[in-house]
Amino acid sequence: MSLPFIVFFVCALLAVLGAVLLIVAREPIHSALALVLVMMSLAVLYLLLGAEFIAAVQIIVYAGAIMVLFVFVIMLLNAGVEERTDWSKIAKFVGAPLGLVLLVEIANRFGSSEIGRTVANGNGAANQAVSTRDLSAALFHQYLFPFEATSILILIAILGAVILARKDE
Amino acid sequence: MSVVPISYYLVLSAILFGLGAVAVVFKRNIITIFMAIELMLNAVNLAFVAFARAHGGLDGFVFVFFVIVVAAAEAAVGLAIVITITHNRRTLNVERVNLLKF
Repeated sequence: MSLPFIVFFVCALLAVLGAVLLIVAREPIHSALALVLVMMSLAVLYLLLGAEFIAAVQIIVYAGAIMVLFVFVIMLLNAGVEERTDWSKIAKFVGAPLGLVLLVEIANRFGSSEIGRTVANGNGAANQAVSTRDLSAALFHQYLFPFEATSILILIAILGAVILARKDE
Repeated sequence: MSVVPISYYLVLSAILFGLGAVAVVFKRNIITIFMAIELMLNAVNLAFVAFARAHGGLDGFVFVFFVIVVAAAEAAVGLAIVITITHNRRTLNVERVNLLKF
């Protein structure tokens, strides 16, 4: 058992634990903290995969900005304990088994597929960690137009959020 | 360096996506459902990075970056919608937001 395997299994376990906690928690704030746990362990997994920049962005944008936004809204709306309602019969007898089937099916397909058997750094070219320099070169040359488009998208999102959340006069 | 097979990451991604889908279906709180959608986005990002790693290109990483940016925009607009719904209906329970329900 080498170190990458140990790191992977610890982080994978934490991620799944966080996802389960998100489901079983009654208070929304507990779900939010569980989701932060998932995102932090995913950031470690990105580092393990050699994607340094994505790991940093994951922590700064996801675990930082987006989750702070969620926690802020939870506090703003004073979200308390979730009301329990009975599951409908369809949810109980069809939905739950089908959810399980979906889980097993996707995991099985991925696990047995061709791509699944290739090792992360099987060939020499993919051996290096993806440097932020290469990523930024691709981002600002090859993908310059989508990059600029996302800035406009964010501007529109900010305006939309302000208009939507504004109190009607 | 990583010697963990790609399939491990893909299975983890599938498990997280499945749990996110289950949470979307079973949770009643509108904010928690929104968080479950973020969880599913995260799972897909993990699959993207794993596939990009297997193919050795940069495109997958750039795409993950864009997914994160769009998720940030989506979170801002979505939470604004949540605030508006809560102001109008006085509840966070999605069962009570049933104006269009048959």
